[in-house]
Amino acid sequence: MAMTARQRAKVSLYVQAGIFVVAVAAVILAVDWKTIGTSVFNFSKIGPMFPDIFLVGLKNTLIYTALAFVVGLSGGLLLALMKLSSFPLYRWLATGYIEFFRGVPALLVFIAFGYGVPLAFGVQWDVNIVVMVSLGMVASAYIAETLRAGLQAVPKGQMEAARSLGMPHWRAMISIVIPQAFKIVLPPLTNEIILLTKDSSLIYVLGLTASQYELTKFGRDGISSLGAGLTPLLVAGAFYLVITIPLSLLARKFESRSARTKR
Amino acid sequence: MNNSTGSTATVQAAGVNIKDLRKSYGSNEVLKGISLTVEPGQVVCLIGPSGSGKSTLLRCVNLLEQPNGGTINVGEFEATDPDVDLNRMRRNVGMVFQHFNLFPHLSVLDNCTISQSKVLKRSKSEAAEVARHNLERVGLGHLADRFPDQLSGGQQQRVAIARALSMDPQLMLFDEPTSALDPETVGDVLAVMRKLAQEGMTMLVVTHEMGFAREVADRVVFMDAGVVVEEGPAENVISAPTQPRTKEFLRRVLDPTHIDVVED
Repeated sequence: MAMTARQRAKVSLYVQAGIFVVAVAAVILAVDWKTIGTSVFNFSKIGPMFPDIFLVGLKNTLIYTALAFVVGLSGGLLLALMKLSSFPLYRWLATGYIEFFRGVPALLVFIAFGYGVPLAFGVQWDVNIVVMVSLGMVASAYIAETLRAGLQAVPKGQMEAARSLGMPHWRAMISIVIPQAFKIVLPPLTNEIILLTKDSSLIYVLGLTASQYELTKFGRDGISSLGAGLTPLLVAGAFYLVITIPLSLLARKFESRSARTKR
Repeated sequence: MNNSTGSTATVQAAGVNIKDLRKSYGSNEVLKGISLTVEPGQVVCLIGPSGSGKSTLLRCVNLLEQPNGGTINVGEFEATDPDVDLNRMRRNVGMVFQHFNLFPHLSVLDNCTISQSKVLKRSKSEAAEVARHNLERVGLGHLADRFPDQLSGGQQQRVAIARALSMDPQLMLFDEPTSALDPETVGDVLAVMRKLAQEGMTMLVVTHEMGFAREVADRVVFMDAGVVVEEGPAENVISAPTQPRTKEFLRRVLDPTHIDVVED
């Protein structure tokens, strides 16, 4: 049977809507709503989480993320420049570092610096330092690749024009190439912060004192103490969204702005 | 040396002396022993088919490309000396690119001041004064506060010329400065270049604008396949070429619709 393009589009739309209705019906029928009500959406018992999850948990998540990002950005810039260096050893070192820390789970890095270093060297780091080192080192690897791509995305003619005006290479990098690269990497860098925000939850593997708790730790504690099932995790998750959704919107804004100025 | 206030025509002009210049990319030799002299104050146009090596030759003069052999002298500098102070030499050599290469994150004025302040260490006010003066010279003083992407191609190229002039160069290199422009803006750029030539600037120009070459150039050099095929006074090379390859090239450039008839 031959159909016109319009008829085919109509049928396609009906089929997709049908699949959706069937899927929703299956979920509604399959789920045990009573249990869900007491163990996932049980908001009557979560009162004790407030205001600490907000005043301590959210604050600490933001602090840990910020610390890791500062280390990640400086380390990442250094690694990116090493990767573009004319000295081969620097390139190999940077490549080795990046491949290693991108390939290893962040959780293992946390354990290595949280438990391994005290065991091996007998020093006990402050939690803030452990976060800066472990999450910062992982972030450096990812951010390095983002920055390298940004630096290489600046047209070669920019460097040539700057050198033709008598600028030394380092001056051309600082005044001409890096400012342009920074604009290019703003959206992907914002995404890195979102990833870092979520990865900061891995800190729960360390022994934390109450004042060091971040959002995920609050959620896990709530599970065992409040008797509301998984509801506390749902609350913690909502707080992550409070941080990450505005960042996503910001990244999108940067993207549309750079798309507009690009020629 | 020269004054640093950027006034017109008082900067001393430098000449260029190229001897047996060779350049290869891998096994592909693009310059096969080029010798060329530009006297101080002279305008020399390089013409030839694309791929003939004329842009590479120009880019070798300020060492954007590293030659494989031969020598280049620019004024008092020996560019091909491995110990030459490259940054110092390049201050004296202005370069204008086919695609302008303005700095998009800086205003028109800042494009013209950044190297003055960072390289020549001029004060902010002095750099701005020099920049404004040179923007006036190219007829764009009123656009100093715009950004490059707010300008037409022809305006951007004139800003690029003002940017180069703001360093008080003794020599200007032009790499196909009008090839990326809309036809109606080509004239403005050529007018600026003509004025510069009249003011006594040494200019080495890669161009396809035969009218400009015939009118402004002291000498025209025709290159093909990495060698200089013919050179001489502009009138001779363009109006009365002696070499068959020059004749063929000029016939195609000056009358593109003629191609079908040429193939006999």
